[in-house]
Amino acid sequence: MQVPAPFEYERATSVDQAIGLLERLGSSARLVAGGHSLLPMMKLRLANFEYLIDINPLHSELGYIRLGDDEVRIGAMTRHRELLESEILADVFPIFRDAEKVIADPIVRNRGTLGGSLCQADPSEDLSAVCTTLDASCVIRGTAGERVVTMEEFHVGPYETAVQDNEILTEIRIPRKNFRAGSAYAKVERRAGDWAVVSAGAAVWLDDGRIVDARVGLAAVGPNTTGIPEISAALRGNEPSEDLFQLAGAIAARSCDPSTDTRGSADYKRHLADELTRRTLRTAVERARS
Amino acid sequence: MTTVHEPSQAKITEFEDNDQKPVGFGRMLRKEDARLLRGRGRFVDDVQLPGMLHLAILRSPFAHATIVSIDTSAAEASPGVKAVVTGETLKGLGLAWMPTLSNDVQAVLATDKVRFQGQEVAFVVAEDRYKARDALELIDVEYDVLDPVVDVRKALEPDAPIIRTDLEGKTNNHVFDWETGDEAETDAVFARADVIVKEDIVYPRVHPAPMETCGSVADFDPVEGKLKLWSTTQAPHAHRTLYAIVAGLPEHKIQVIAPDIGGGFGNKVPIYPGYVLSIVGSIVTGKPVKWMEDRSENLISTGFARDYIMRAEIAATAEGKILGIRTNVLADHGAFNGTAAPVKYPAGFFGVFTGSYDLEAAHCKMTAVYTNKAPGGVAYACSFRITEAVYLVERIVDALAYELAMDPAELRLKNFIQPEQFPYATKTGWVYDSGDYEPTMRLAMEMAGYDELRKEQAEKRARGELMGIGISFFTEAVGAGPRKDMDILGLGMADGCELRIHPTGKAVVRLSVKTQGQGHETTFAQIIAEELGIPPDDIDVVHGDTDNTPFGLGTYGSRSTPVSGAAAALVARKVRDKAKLIASAMLEVSVADIDWVKGSFQVKGDPGKAVTIQEIAFKAHGAGDLPEGIEGGLEAQICYNPSNLTYPHGAYICVVDIDPGTAEVKVRRFIAVDDCGTRINPMIIEGQVHGGLTDGVGMALMEMISFDEDGNCLGASLMDYLIPTALEVPDWETGFTVTPSPHHPIGAKGIGESATVGSPPAIVNAVVDALKPFGIRHADMPLTPSRVWDAMRGQATPPI
Repeated sequence: MQVPAPFEYERATSVDQAIGLLERLGSSARLVAGGHSLLPMMKLRLANFEYLIDINPLHSELGYIRLGDDEVRIGAMTRHRELLESEILADVFPIFRDAEKVIADPIVRNRGTLGGSLCQADPSEDLSAVCTTLDASCVIRGTAGERVVTMEEFHVGPYETAVQDNEILTEIRIPRKNFRAGSAYAKVERRAGDWAVVSAGAAVWLDDGRIVDARVGLAAVGPNTTGIPEISAALRGNEPSEDLFQLAGAIAARSCDPSTDTRGSADYKRHLADELTRRTLRTAVERARS
Repeated sequence: MTTVHEPSQAKITEFEDNDQKPVGFGRMLRKEDARLLRGRGRFVDDVQLPGMLHLAILRSPFAHATIVSIDTSAAEASPGVKAVVTGETLKGLGLAWMPTLSNDVQAVLATDKVRFQGQEVAFVVAEDRYKARDALELIDVEYDVLDPVVDVRKALEPDAPIIRTDLEGKTNNHVFDWETGDEAETDAVFARADVIVKEDIVYPRVHPAPMETCGSVADFDPVEGKLKLWSTTQAPHAHRTLYAIVAGLPEHKIQVIAPDIGGGFGNKVPIYPGYVLSIVGSIVTGKPVKWMEDRSENLISTGFARDYIMRAEIAATAEGKILGIRTNVLADHGAFNGTAAPVKYPAGFFGVFTGSYDLEAAHCKMTAVYTNKAPGGVAYACSFRITEAVYLVERIVDALAYELAMDPAELRLKNFIQPEQFPYATKTGWVYDSGDYEPTMRLAMEMAGYDELRKEQAEKRARGELMGIGISFFTEAVGAGPRKDMDILGLGMADGCELRIHPTGKAVVRLSVKTQGQGHETTFAQIIAEELGIPPDDIDVVHGDTDNTPFGLGTYGSRSTPVSGAAAALVARKVRDKAKLIASAMLEVSVADIDWVKGSFQVKGDPGKAVTIQEIAFKAHGAGDLPEGIEGGLEAQICYNPSNLTYPHGAYICVVDIDPGTAEVKVRRFIAVDDCGTRINPMIIEGQVHGGLTDGVGMALMEMISFDEDGNCLGASLMDYLIPTALEVPDWETGFTVTPSPHHPIGAKGIGESATVGSPPAIVNAVVDALKPFGIRHADMPLTPSRVWDAMRGQATPPI
């Protein structure tokens, strides 16, 4: 049995109380939500923290999916399973259900959270790619109050985010646009529940048959999940077509920076960036039209 | 003679028996499952003893390094720590090295240098496992890092670093050369062949990864001088004898107990340093000591499997008659030769690489080398390397079919050993006991709808879709083995069995083998039930405890039913013979005048006049005289020495679809027809087959223990070393034929490893078949999407 180094444990009672604890304990403390990344790392002693602050009691405060006219707000403690099962979300952003179906397994999904996934900032992490695709912003709270950052600002580097030692990610906000919207997600994995070899998300907004806006987000092909503005620029104003998807795929392949590892060669991952970009755009457009 | 059963009909009739509990062979639920499924099993980690301490092992972070110094002072001062022991301490006790199962030696704790990442360097015994683990961080080891030997192909290069500097006069990394078959004859056959096909085929290093990792609890009683050792062992008796030899403890003062075991697959055959260290820990502290390795320790340091690089060549006529097979093998044995195989078989039973075909000649040359990797080599349900042999022959036969543009099923059917040729002596010296291959193959093809599948494939190919159909046909050699040929470190591979019928007709049977999940408590009860007519539920099966069971070599290599199962049948017949004498007295007729009808002896011609085995048992223990010369009681014991191995066979057909865009392989269907001779419990057989097929999907598509150039193990967790889930496997379609073994008392053959042996080539053959439009004749495992994509572009590479 793998056993972690000694640590102190406290259950949070409110967001502000948790922030107070973080303020006091600094970098020696870590929040634990679902724990499916943090606890294995602690057991392997790759991560050693003196204090764990368990924010699972904050699920009632931070576990929600709220549909507004111009944005969807999702609490950071919303669990994978809730994202998977939410009809509201499947209706406006089907990319979430696509992604959640291929994230880990039911045991992880019962416990793991949106905020935890984003804060882990693993370059292969699926929900980060989803949020990048949807141009989400992240609400971060500290003693000084709240600040809102874009996904690009949120991801500082692999396993590194804009969230400071004394702050908590509380909410994700996803803008809604007043057009026909469609989104999709696809992942290639070596085995169910594995991290992505490569995955891709796509979202399109159509007006009168033309693409008003489109976004593609990729995971596992660079230091962090990657949004590709060049694809958006190439798609905007055009009618969707196989040629256009092919162009987007080609841009995806040349814009990413994968490395060779046990999941696959860099060349293969580049190929997948192309292939999955085309596939998800195709599905996203089909969904926007239907 | 083969009996063919239609799988669909068989299923229906057999399921009807499910709750009727056969008194003998047939489908019944497993007796042990009530305990295991309710969490009432008792595994090594469940053993709790008063005052028990916990042991943790410090392991090498490097693949190859000299140990300059070890400072244990901070660890010794850590709270709750009772002992810190290094190799130097063991050296003083003469315990720093121990023999392996292949007449090599292995470091218990490294003294001079470390030879693989994860090797044992020191251990801590503390009050709990947290404190033990914390103290490991405080041991300060200074290493002088050496160049490692990682690429097996470079191990014998003149400038390769020498790994085994401990062996006097060792100037290279050579372990052994081995040869079988006739080289000159084989060359002659190749010289006159119309077609020769050659492929380099790699069977990568994989790991059995049982759900329960290895561990032990040692309790040495200094007053009695008795050692009790609970351990995760597939061979408790062999282990006890080896502990006696290694540690110098008298054998009668050692009790090895293998409680419930959570999967073995050969991983729990060797003696690991951890077991020995727990014994040392208990002797040093005077307390019981528990060692339970974690998942990473299991994956990086315990017995790996395979790791053969094989050059295969096959020779045939233009019409597709196979003439001969020859192969050159480079075997990676890791840092110590810890192969668990009969002593005279350094390459295990790889010699059966001629498969199920009637050849004119065959030859194999093998070289085994040391590398800076964990020791092992025979594990993961491999039947002593038959996995490698079957993969070699079934892959190269498929390559021949490709070259001849022949259907792979047709090519196999054309070359099978014919039923009248059995017993069949192969060109490499094996005598196959029985087989009737064509009905098995035909049944698999019929179940698959083979011709329709080929039609579907042609249509799909025309549309650019990638569908593959893969076949493998295997012959296994299991049930080691005749003691004249087979021993483990001098211990003959025979097995004992003791049977005692209680006065009320209930029974206890004591086995030398040990289940790790195979269902012995049910299967062996059914064997006794079949012979004596005592219901299986009335028979207690005792196994795993050396103080309470007869000597024997244990469970691995699918040997339990072929060897121990035979012992059980014969011991029951001995009891029945004695019961007959008592029955004749009870019935007051001569022995010649009574017949055995399962469960009772009847007077010939007067079925109403009979005594049951239960009545006989009571008489045997009861009041009144027994016939002259008959002792009281009803019990017997036996030690069974098999006259030959048993040779089960099977025909497997796999259907895959490959996504042309992502190169992902989906196993759509898998048809497995097995022939393991007489079937004792079809449900258990199917369970074993399902598990083995799942293993095959893992090896073919995802499993591999790989290393980086520094010798760091890249498969040290189940996030990195992938094993398949229910989502990667299809609904298995199983069928069977029955060709009994002529020399086994009930005609049974082993089944435990057939599917693990037979399925990888079927899956790889299916993938290669799907890639035929790309001109692909071979691609190595594991066929991950990335590697399949490489193959599609003509850039297939070996995995290592």
